[in-house]
Amino acid sequence: MPLDTYISVAIGGILTGLVYGLMALGLSIIFGVVRIVNFAHGEMMTVAMYIAVVAFAQFHLDPLLMMVPIAAILFALGYVMQAGLINPFINRPEHSQFILLVAVALIMVNTLLIVFGPDAKSVQTSYSLDSFQIGSIIIDATKVYTAAAAVILSSALFAFFKFSHTGQAIRACADNYTGAMVVGLNVERLYALTFGIGAACVGAAGSMLVTLIDVTPALGPGYTLLAFIIVITGGLGSMPGAILGGILIGVTEAMAGLLFTPSAKSMFAFALLIVVLLFRPQGILGKVAR
Amino acid sequence: MSKTRINRRHFVAGTSAAVVSASSISRALAQTAPLKLGVLLPTSGFQAGIGQDCNRGVEIGLGVLKDLGYPNLQIMAADTETNVEVARSRAEKLIAEGAQILIGAFDSGQSSAIAQVAEQKGIPFVINIAAAPPITEQGYKFVFRNFPTAPMILGDAFANQLEIFKATGKAPTTAVMLHVNDTFGMAMQGGIGAVMPKFNMPYKIVETIAYDPAAKDLSVEISKAKAANAEALIVVSRLNDAILLTREMVKQRWTPQAVLSMGPGWYEDQYLKTLGKLGDGPLSFVPWYDPNKKVSKALEAALAKKYAEINLNTNHVYTFEAMMVAADAYKRAGSSDPKALADAIRKTNITENTSTGPGIQFNEKGQNDKLKNSAIQNRGGKLVTVAPAVASNAKPDYPMTPYDKRA
Amino acid sequence: MSRLIEGIPGRGWLLLALAGIMAVIAPLFASDYIVTVLIVIFYFAYAGQAWNIMMGFAGQLSLGHALYVGLGAYAAAALYVHFGIGPWIGMFAAIIISGLVAVILGYLAFRFGVGGVYFAILTIAFAEFARIGFDHFKWVNASSGLFLPVTQYTHDNLWTLRGSPTMFYYVILVLMVLALIVCRLLLRSRLGYYWQAIREDELAAQSLGINVFRCKVYAVVISGAMTSIAGVFFAFFYNNLFPEQTFNIARSLEIILGPIIGGIGTLIGPIAGAFILTLFSESMTELLAWFGINTPGAKQICYGFALLIVIVLMPNGIWPPIARALGLGEKSGEGKP
Repeated sequence: MPLDTYISVAIGGILTGLVYGLMALGLSIIFGVVRIVNFAHGEMMTVAMYIAVVAFAQFHLDPLLMMVPIAAILFALGYVMQAGLINPFINRPEHSQFILLVAVALIMVNTLLIVFGPDAKSVQTSYSLDSFQIGSIIIDATKVYTAAAAVILSSALFAFFKFSHTGQAIRACADNYTGAMVVGLNVERLYALTFGIGAACVGAAGSMLVTLIDVTPALGPGYTLLAFIIVITGGLGSMPGAILGGILIGVTEAMAGLLFTPSAKSMFAFALLIVVLLFRPQGILGKVAR
Repeated sequence: MSKTRINRRHFVAGTSAAVVSASSISRALAQTAPLKLGVLLPTSGFQAGIGQDCNRGVEIGLGVLKDLGYPNLQIMAADTETNVEVARSRAEKLIAEGAQILIGAFDSGQSSAIAQVAEQKGIPFVINIAAAPPITEQGYKFVFRNFPTAPMILGDAFANQLEIFKATGKAPTTAVMLHVNDTFGMAMQGGIGAVMPKFNMPYKIVETIAYDPAAKDLSVEISKAKAANAEALIVVSRLNDAILLTREMVKQRWTPQAVLSMGPGWYEDQYLKTLGKLGDGPLSFVPWYDPNKKVSKALEAALAKKYAEINLNTNHVYTFEAMMVAADAYKRAGSSDPKALADAIRKTNITENTSTGPGIQFNEKGQNDKLKNSAIQNRGGKLVTVAPAVASNAKPDYPMTPYDKRA
Repeated sequence: MSRLIEGIPGRGWLLLALAGIMAVIAPLFASDYIVTVLIVIFYFAYAGQAWNIMMGFAGQLSLGHALYVGLGAYAAAALYVHFGIGPWIGMFAAIIISGLVAVILGYLAFRFGVGGVYFAILTIAFAEFARIGFDHFKWVNASSGLFLPVTQYTHDNLWTLRGSPTMFYYVILVLMVLALIVCRLLLRSRLGYYWQAIREDELAAQSLGINVFRCKVYAVVISGAMTSIAGVFFAFFYNNLFPEQTFNIARSLEIILGPIIGGIGTLIGPIAGAFILTLFSESMTELLAWFGINTPGAKQICYGFALLIVIVLMPNGIWPPIARALGLGEKSGEGKP
């Protein structure tokens, strides 16, 4: 196989991986702080994708521009979910949290099915089918745009958590729950805020992803699982870890598909997950789990 | 002695006449009661879109059957939820509620589960769509399939391709095969090894690439296919993959000489609508209907009236034919006794049908082995049938216009 | 024997006897449809019991139990299809293979201290790995699916499990009862007490000298092996296996819903949960049909809301309050919250 095929595929994997990373970032934030396993993560992204589809179909609004408003909508959704429903479950055993979010996911998926029907929907912008050609290497234009957006958004989030007061307060809750309360932080409100931010991440990722893939109501679970794999591989509680994990998984899957059979490429992602879980459970960039 | 005396022969003739007319009265009475037809389809779950499409075949089919003079059908619909266990228990339920014939269920796994229940209960089951060969190899006496098996689809695909190459005077010398890694895709891929050598195909398959049915990003697959440097692309995929693959081919600036599809997707309404001009060109070798047959025209008209933007396709046609088989058997059997119905189905010989081929008959395994498959091509956002010549309404276009040259 | 019987109040015996009699005579009165529904209930009750050993007794959340069902199903089915070996012998192969995989999973996980959510994700990863792996495993027909030859229905052949639903009904009923007995014995054994200690406070248990690692691995192995028998039953009842469906995460979910809704850590919880869920699901279909609502997805939404209500209001499951109401009190095996 010619070298430029490998390079094209690898670049494609990195770019897609950046968007996956943003999606996983949302999960990492939620789990890192609130310690809730959000099994409805993929479904929330699906909701965001459908909003983008409707916005494009009715008002011709480009999803990449709609990124911020959609993120805001998902933020509200996440905030309300956490404050209203999930809060009492923080100290409950994992299986209870699991069933709670599975129930929420079930309701979301089937509501989408009833409202939008089972057929796949997509957003085809004017640049959807463009590609850049450098020599004999071909790069998907849309992937470049979405990756750029993902990088910008992730950087903004890093800055938020590092430099703003609220961001630092949230990190305090994650590091030391009791200490945070002692210091007078309104932990419940911060939790809701965090869930909202995580949801906003996944909303933004969704409006990016809808330019690359088609959305069906049942899209969610696959991406929830992918988000988990990325977060655990990259390191729970580490934001750069989520992005790194995303890139790693994106490239692994792409190269595995190229070198072996594409139908087994997910197997490599799972294999990577198993290896990381066994030898470095805190992930590549993670701190030792508490 | 005298003319007025009723002799034994007259008496016997008279009583038998009375008996005959009595039975024809009861036959007529039985006829007026509609046949309870259980329809099992995946209207929710992963295959919901296809299940609902098959259902359209049921909706428009009822009127067409009535016009053709068939007895009335009472439809008992059930949702298999794209799940083998649900399919089985729904079948049980329908039979407990009095269903006299079952039709369904689009998917091989679910159809297989229903077939077991039907065989066990002695209720006839007419499969509308399911290509896995094992179903009619189990020696069932109550299960019938009016749909080609994967080897049949493949054989006709090669025959039709040869016809097209001859008609246009051009043919590829190499091909790369891309197929989805599920039951249907694997059956087709496996079948190619067995069936292709029997035909003198002008091309060789240089590489076979299998992909995950749940994959959302097919860029790697197309990269690999493009790198194989083949002239034609042979593909077995589903609807969503077809759209994704086409888009990737555009993005990666690769137009094969021809797209030869041996499965669903590349001709479906959503493909045509979503891709517009980029959707023209692919040839699909699929179980289809003969556009020149009278019943096909009636179906097209009925569909246009109810669902104007939807093209008549395999789902509608074969679901309709399953209903037709049931109604026809009921008409001939004159009773709703399941064994009588099964025997009647076995003797089915319908020539006024819609699918391509001489008509509907079943061999001793319950399979209609006389079905023929067509080749259709996307042209100007619509579908034309280009092969076999006797069942076609247009000439084939070959090779495909490159994607970047379409305005 | 005394461990099995002691501690059950008289009322409990009465209810058990009543339930037992109804279960045994049911096929004589019920239609095949009802029998099939009961088979599904008992199947999930059995699988739920097996899963409960790991979760309810030892506190390890497994979200990939479909792995064992699938391994068991494919092991027995492949032996039958390729060598004509009956399911009762195939069962041993199923147990050995599942047990081996469970040992590997348990060893790898617990040796490196993987627990809680991470363990749950690991179980999902193993199941998914198996799903994709079997999708490419030619000997069992990969993604085309493995079809068991169904020869006849006229007479019941217990040895090859070919026959009427009634035969399957009694087989799964016996399995469920055996599972109940095994769980009860386990709970009141030394291992069972060790498990409960580990579940409550792993560190304290370790400091008391309990070999936590070994106990946890035992839990995984016993649970996995028991679940694989359900897989054997599944293979011979449904007669076709597809990796995509058999190892699917939705299957794992179905298995754990029963015990969680019924009550983790209790003996009757998984059985009660399986009954409640299946009956709810079937009656939802009826109810919606009666109202003329046949929108696909409506039933699942109701199901989701029902789950939500149960998990928010009755986090310990439905069975404990029912048990209290029936006056069964501190029935041994009723887990602490």
